[in-house]
Amino acid sequence: MSEPLLEARELTKNYGTVEALRGASFTAYPGEVVSLIGDNGAGKSTLVKCLSGVEQPTSGTMVFDGEPITLSSPNDARDRGIETVFQDLAVAPDLDPAANMFLGREILKPGVLGWLGVLDKKAMRRQAVEHFTRFGASLQSIDVPIAALSGGQRQSVAVARSVAWASKLVFMDEPTAALGVVQRERVLDVIKRVRDEGVAVVLISHNMPEVLSVSDRVEVLRLGRRVARFKAADTTVEELVGAMTGALSQEDAA
Amino acid sequence: MMTNEKTTLSSRSDEQRPSLLKRLTGANTLWIGLVLLALVAVFGAIRPDAVFRIDTFQYLLAETSVLLVLSVGMTFVIITSGIDLSVGSVLVFASVSSAMAMNAVSGGDATNAGWGVIAFGLLVAVVSGAVWGLLNGLLISRAKIPPLIVTLGSFGAAQGAALLLNNGSNVSGIPDKLNRTFGFGTYFGIPNIVIVAAIVTAAGALLLSTTRFGRYTYAVGSNEEAARRVGISVRGHLTKVYLLAGTLAGLAGFMGNAFFRVAVVTGHETDNLNAIAAVVLGGTSIFGGTGSMLGTVFGVFIPAVLEKGLVIIGVKEFWQPIAVAIVLVAAVWLDQTRRRARNQR
Repeated sequence: MSEPLLEARELTKNYGTVEALRGASFTAYPGEVVSLIGDNGAGKSTLVKCLSGVEQPTSGTMVFDGEPITLSSPNDARDRGIETVFQDLAVAPDLDPAANMFLGREILKPGVLGWLGVLDKKAMRRQAVEHFTRFGASLQSIDVPIAALSGGQRQSVAVARSVAWASKLVFMDEPTAALGVVQRERVLDVIKRVRDEGVAVVLISHNMPEVLSVSDRVEVLRLGRRVARFKAADTTVEELVGAMTGALSQEDAA
Repeated sequence: MMTNEKTTLSSRSDEQRPSLLKRLTGANTLWIGLVLLALVAVFGAIRPDAVFRIDTFQYLLAETSVLLVLSVGMTFVIITSGIDLSVGSVLVFASVSSAMAMNAVSGGDATNAGWGVIAFGLLVAVVSGAVWGLLNGLLISRAKIPPLIVTLGSFGAAQGAALLLNNGSNVSGIPDKLNRTFGFGTYFGIPNIVIVAAIVTAAGALLLSTTRFGRYTYAVGSNEEAARRVGISVRGHLTKVYLLAGTLAGLAGFMGNAFFRVAVVTGHETDNLNAIAAVVLGGTSIFGGTGSMLGTVFGVFIPAVLEKGLVIIGVKEFWQPIAVAIVLVAAVWLDQTRRRARNQR
């Protein structure tokens, strides 16, 4: 396999006396879907927060694209082409989908107006429509606030927003929780499409059949450490569950 | 199936951009505007001779100008889901310090002072308003103290400071030139003070609806966490919004000086509540995230028209606050019902 896109080694994260990560490692290769699984409290969310710049690990190293990095804020990660779809969506419900997609990245009008901070709403709207179409987010209208959309549509907007900006890597924390069957298929489809464009996707999910159907590889976290790595094609739900619960472990994985 | 939906999306969004009329009718703003129009029509039908006179409208507009400028700043604050109780006190502080500064540079009495002194007075008013606004903003965004408490504090502090400045009395000696031109002067029948307020309002409306500053104001009020995660400096933005509200309160203080020819230390205790009521009446949600400047304009004039109208048709004007209260509570109730219905999806 090629060089890893992102490699985290021996990350620890303490919240006071609580050790959320105890030397967790994680690897993602370019253009693959890698699932990060583990029981509740295994440290998945903390690990993703550290890898996406939301939190800073207490110790450990990260190598991205061949160079050692520290991420001091989500903006740091974003500047490197790393995006995150958060479990709680993090959209502004009163703004419309286009405004949400370009939030923090507004396109300004050219010339003096742009210098005054005037938005080019038409351009943003046009590009948003293109992006949403490309990533299969079906919305009845692009001119209503996000809050007027159904849960699934909101989710599609959040996913489409992140993948539109991710040039290297996108983290998706339970992107299909709370989705209907059709919407879920669509999100999985988006994940594959993003991967095919060469972007690495890190999927966090509790749904084992879903993990196996969409992933190239699976990494298992247990009690704040990586305990196993699998190729999705060669493993089974039983094996994954065994690794998650501690019934099975691979020594070389840590 | 997927292809079908895709086509639907793109064709819709290219062709079916809702018309201006449709967007207007969908918004609360239209209904608030209709309420205002209905009020004028009702009063006009009862006493057309007294209502439809140029000077009635001149007075109405001139008297409302100061409150309108305060409400422009308040609109930004409330859209961020904040509140600013200090605007009236900051207005008084700016008004007193500006009048005293003009007197000081004119040797004690600025009545006959020229434009240089007047410009200096404007600067003092705007800067002293801005300083209070900045203080509010920093305490709210950096120290994380709730806006209600911070501005309740500066509401008292600015009023107290204004009283300290001149030992609790009004400051006279406002330049005649200022009073004649900005206070009572007119341009094609429109009082100059109204023109100033209209320019401020138009600038505020453009800032809110067409710029990145406005977009961030909505975003911060709609979901602060989402704004932070996309990299918007929420702290910086909140500071700027309160700074804006304070600066406009300073300008309003200067306008008051021009209009009343004296810097008064009393009579502004409920400006904050009037501005909040105007903004909320105008359809801006007290929970943040939505609102418009046009709505605020309507919201400012509904109480003003009620007051003037009730006086003209001979109803005790004490009914005015009761009528405003009913409309206000109804407006918030409607907003809440709408939100609840929306969040249940």
